[in-house]
Order: sequence, then structure tokens, then C-alpha cells
Amino acid sequence: MCTLEKRGQLFLLKLTGNGEHRLNPTLLDNLRSAITQIRSDPSSSRSLLITTSDGKFFSNGYDLALAESDPSLRVVMDSKLRSLVADLISLPMPTIAAVTGHASAAGFVLAMSHDYVLMRRDRGFLYMSELDIELVIPAWFVAVIRMKIGSPAARRDVMLTAEKVTAERGLEMGIVDSSYGSAAETIEAAIKLGEEIVRRGVDGYVYGRMRETLLKQVLHTIGSNESASNRMRNSGSKL
Amino acid sequence: MCTLEKRGRLFLLKLTGDGEHRLNPTLLDNIRSAITQIRSDPSSSQSVLITTSDGKFFSNGYDLALAASDPPLRAVMAAKLQSLVADLISLPMPTIAAVTGHASAAGFLLAMSHDYILMRRDRGFLYMSELDIELVLPAWFMSMIRMKVVSPAAKRDVALTAEKITADRGLEMGIVDSSHGSAGETVEAAVKLGEEIVRRGADGHVYGRMRETLLREVLHAIGSNESASNGVRNSGSKFWSSSWRTSTWSAFLLLPRCVGRSARF
Repeated sequence: MCTLEKRGQLFLLKLTGNGEHRLNPTLLDNLRSAITQIRSDPSSSRSLLITTSDGKFFSNGYDLALAESDPSLRVVMDSKLRSLVADLISLPMPTIAAVTGHASAAGFVLAMSHDYVLMRRDRGFLYMSELDIELVIPAWFVAVIRMKIGSPAARRDVMLTAEKVTAERGLEMGIVDSSYGSAAETIEAAIKLGEEIVRRGVDGYVYGRMRETLLKQVLHTIGSNESASNRMRNSGSKL
Repeated sequence: MCTLEKRGRLFLLKLTGDGEHRLNPTLLDNIRSAITQIRSDPSSSQSVLITTSDGKFFSNGYDLALAASDPPLRAVMAAKLQSLVADLISLPMPTIAAVTGHASAAGFLLAMSHDYILMRRDRGFLYMSELDIELVLPAWFMSMIRMKVVSPAAKRDVALTAEKITADRGLEMGIVDSSHGSAGETVEAAVKLGEEIVRRGADGHVYGRMRETLLREVLHAIGSNESASNGVRNSGSKFWSSSWRTSTWSAFLLLPRCVGRSARF
């Protein structure tokens, strides 16, 4: 489901296998476990996290098929992802998402929950798919979008036109920090950036507190109860 | 410490002398006095304020050495700066910061508390130094950064990478409105812009109320009690025990490099 590796001072978290890395309860638990492991590592305040994935997908979002068969799991997945994102926001180290495959909906939010987004430009896109599958984007997803996408026009394009955002378009919109020719080049660049950042020798705890303060509105929205906007319309044929 | 001059309809507030213009209680009181004087001037609703400085520094931030010798002064300086910034935000006239020297931490914040930032490009930078000296930025500083620095990447770079921002980088980030070849040219341009703005004839009281509404999140953050976010986490070997969390800046006493860092220009 996911593996955690340490390379010098870099933690490499990888969503494994050639599937869609749907954020079902099991994968979310695995990811949260990995984050807990990272936090308890004694050198964590001088480290950095890089999140990436195998195959064609970074993550294709929540496991909607699972939610359809058991609607109570929808709330479970939402709650686990909120917890994971809050964890990433308070993580006492810089974070990089090396996006080497499609990132849709909750998967796009997961990518945006990192400080830096590096992406391959030869394939793949970022996609807030909800409009296309007749779901309303939860308010806390929107809080992440507002913090990570600055221009009003870009926010509209992402949320209200469900644009399939390529790396180049992501660069224009400011969602993507840099783009690369292939999956491997993206990961290499993430490692290089990670090593550069680690060399600056910043205290991870201070960094984490700063990030929490910078993103406090997102944390606030994650913490608030807003089940009204989480309604799922079932459109049958699309899912 | 600071002087206030009137040139036609322009108020020129200058942080004087060749020092770092550290925002200690005395300087903060002087500046607040000057603002009070400006407000009580009968022609103030048709005026503009230009803030600038002598020497190598706009302001190098709070007086950390003073806070080290007398920790309660930290809260005093923070309170006085919050009061000054709230005053600037509600000031019934447009404001221009003519940044002719380094502006770090609270000094950078003071510059951002103006409607326009004009900056020299030949020397000097804007620098949120806190990460480098292991202090957490207060929530109200972050609120100002969020309002004045637009792109998420730039917000991250200002707050989380402690980048030393030159005038031209500031232009890219949207923090700086225009850059100029020297200190003299920057002040001249500020005067010119000030005169242009005054010519438009806007009512200062309406302007001030508009600015308060635009920056209401910052005013809200200033008004709220947020000592919780001022704590510094104890990373063991670096700091004294975590019972010192209440005194944000006591931590740097063990690390001479912290005080040295912001002075090293």
C-alpha cells in the first residue's frame, strides 16, 4: 500500500503498486502510520519528507466504489484524510510531493498538502473531478484550494470547470513549483531539492509551527463540522 | 529616534541615525506619537504619509538584545507594535514606505503595514528572519503576510524559507510596488507618488475606513490573544527547559549566532 524509506535525511513515502492508490480507510491508515513513524524518528527535526507513487496514478481520490457499497465509510475516509492532512500541516519538516501520476479530487488535495509540488510534464494531470461526477467539493478541500491557488481565475478553473491541469498549466497557476521530463526526473529533482533544503539546517519544529500558523485557516476548516457539504449525489453510470 | 516633517500635504516620518532602528519601546512610542500628531493635523484628511529611514537599515526588527536582558519587554514591544500597526491600518490617509535599507522581521512587517512599498534595488533586502533565529512568527504577522503577499509559493518562501528578498524579487512577489536606483531616488519617487495620490483628492477618512475593511483579518488577528502561537518548542540540546516557553526570545541566549545573525549585514 505504501512504503517508507530513509535516504540520509530524506524520508521517502511511496504509494505502491500499479493501481489508482484510492484513499480507502486502509491506505489512509497506512499513510498515517508512516507519518507517525517519521515523527518519532530522533533526527526528524532535521529531515524532509518526499511523497511519491508508483505507476500511472499519484492518487485517484477516495474509494467511491467502496463508499457506494457501504455509505458509512464515506465519513470514515473523510475523517481519516482530514486527520492525515492536519498531520502533514503540522509535520515538523518541509514536505515535497513528487507527482508522477494523475492526482484527482482527494488525491489532488493530498498533493497540495505538501509545501512543494514537483510534477512530470510528459503525462498526467491534477484534476478536481467532483463537478464531473456530481459531487460537491467539501469546504475543507476548498480551504486548501484557496491557500494553495492564489488567482481567482485559477480557483474557478480548478473547482468550477474541473479542468485537467497539466504540469505546465499547474506552473502557470502556481500550484506546481517545477516540472520535469519524466517520472524519474521528477523524483530526482525532489531529492535534490530536499537535500538543498536540509542543508540550510532549519529547525523542523519551528518550521512546522510556522506552517501551522500560515495555514491556520485550513486547520480551522478541517476541524469544523460541515457534513452539509459532504453530501454525495449518486450518478450511477459515472462511478 | 524619529522625526516628522510636513512638505505641502505630505507627512515625512523618518527613522533617524545610522543604527538599526530596532523597534524598542522608546522608538515605538516616538513613532506612535508622530502618528498621533499626524492625525490631529487639520489637513490630515487630504494628506499622505511617507515613512523612511536614514542609513543602512529601514528597521532590523525588535530589540532582541533588550528583550534578552529584560524578558517582560518582549511583550511590551509586541503590544506597542500591534498598536502602531493597527493605527497605521486605520490612518485616514494613504501611506507609503520608502524602504531605503534592510527591513527584517518586525521591521519588514512595519514596511508591509503601508499601502505602497517603494524600495531601492541597489542594496538591501526584506527578510522574515524568524526561522533563521528559531522564533515562530506570531499569528498576526502571518496574517499580514497572507494579506500582502499574494501567491501561495511566495507566502511559503517569505514565511518558511526566510528568503532575503531584494527589491526586484519583491516586485515579482508583489510585495514591492516599484524599485529605484538609490536611496535618494526611492524617497524622490515616494514624494512624487504621494503628490499624485494627493492630487486625486480622496477623502482620507473614507480611505482609512476602506483600508480597515480590506485588512480586517489583520486587525482581527492583532486584536486576538495569541500567546499560544508565540511559544518556541524546546528541541533539547538547543534551548533551556520547555518551562521557558512563555518567554519566546529567551531561547536565543544560549546561541550567540542567533543575535549575530540578524546583525550580520
